[in-house]
Amino acid sequence: MLRIIIATAAIAIGATAVVAQSDVIAQRKDIMKSVGGATKDPGAMLKGEAAFDLAKVQKSLATYQDAAKKMPALFPDNSKTGGETTAAPKIWEDMAGFKAAFQKFEADATKASAEIKDEASFKANFPAVLKNCGSCHESYRVKKS
Amino acid sequence: MVPGSLSVKKLLVALVLLAALGAAGFWLLTAPFTYEALRGAPDVTVATAPNLENGKTLFYAGGCTSCHAIPGQDDRTRLGGGLGLQSPFGTFYAPNISPHPRDGIGGWTVASFIRAMREGVSPDGRHYYPAFPYTSYQRMAAQDLADVFAFLKTLPPVEGKVRDHDLPFPFNVRRGLGLWKLAFLDGKPIQPDPAKSAEWNRGRYLVEGPGHCAECHSPRAFTGAIVDGKRFSGGPDPEGKGFVPNITQDKAGLASWSKNDIAELLKTGFTPEYDAVGGSMAPVIKNTSQLSDADRGAMAEYIKSLPAVASPPRPPKKAE
Repeated sequence: MLRIIIATAAIAIGATAVVAQSDVIAQRKDIMKSVGGATKDPGAMLKGEAAFDLAKVQKSLATYQDAAKKMPALFPDNSKTGGETTAAPKIWEDMAGFKAAFQKFEADATKASAEIKDEASFKANFPAVLKNCGSCHESYRVKKS
Repeated sequence: MVPGSLSVKKLLVALVLLAALGAAGFWLLTAPFTYEALRGAPDVTVATAPNLENGKTLFYAGGCTSCHAIPGQDDRTRLGGGLGLQSPFGTFYAPNISPHPRDGIGGWTVASFIRAMREGVSPDGRHYYPAFPYTSYQRMAAQDLADVFAFLKTLPPVEGKVRDHDLPFPFNVRRGLGLWKLAFLDGKPIQPDPAKSAEWNRGRYLVEGPGHCAECHSPRAFTGAIVDGKRFSGGPDPEGKGFVPNITQDKAGLASWSKNDIAELLKTGFTPEYDAVGGSMAPVIKNTSQLSDADRGAMAEYIKSLPAVASPPRPPKKAE
């Protein structure tokens, strides 16, 4: 499992570097959408609206790790505006903090992936991973609609 | 003697008199006691024993800590202030409201706290700027305000006064706020609507009073007051970044959201699409996540009942 994730991520990073300048804004939006989409199943499980499913939870965590690896490279200086981006100027003012936020997200997802074995450990560990979404958006995303 | 000179002199005298009268009128109209005389003194009768649990709930519903906690540190109960709030009128700096006897509110009486929250006036009789949302807090019941005050007193005292607001003329003239208040502050606490459910009434109280949701989720006129009839329909972020969403039942607002969706957002910060809300709403979620499911449900019940209002026009896009 882990090997697949690393391999996927490695390929993703390589691919990202090649097409980085083409349309990074669209790419980062797609990645963020994939993160939101990956949260649907575990979200419903946390609310008690869906039965716990370990495979789905692990799949979501893999999506998070993948996204956290890809995202930091998608904010070159020439992508501050355009494409209806909701990226906040603070990203470029504090690139180190922005990258650190993704490293934390990835680390939290990796840790949860190792620790979640059943419903109890899921409920104990998953919310901490989700906290990353709000704390990062607080500083680095501007709502425009 | 030139024939015209007398009339010029008369005119000058008349002008000086008029200016004096105007100044006196301004002084009178803008005096904090005038507001109180016209609106009536607030009801400051409270029971002797404050309910700290209720005070804590309303402290979080009121979002006090979002502006008054010291920025850049994690303890949300250290209310030393200092956060800068940008606005079209200049930058406001949230004051120290920790119970420090000299630098905070440690020396205040409960009556002076209630007046501050209801009338926007300091214990020494100066107007507060409505960046402090007393336009909403005035809806709260005296007993509830006393409970919040009692809870604030249990928090750690923090030393140090905060710098003055950074406002250009004429906004730096506090007395001018007296006129603003006469125009935009009515001093009426919320009365329950007996035709509606207890849950709806609780939600309305939390949303319109302590929650002060409308303060950001509404467009403002040039006066800084919320545009009539556009309450809750969203608008430009008062801090100048982006756009605050419409939360009425308009199709651009929350028409497609269920009551549970709204309650869930207030609990976890996630929309039904699992987008995590950011910007100034992220600290709001830190507060609403501290409330009970029942209170969040009540807020959702009330918000779900807000009639549809179209969003205000978008600001023109900047050239890129």
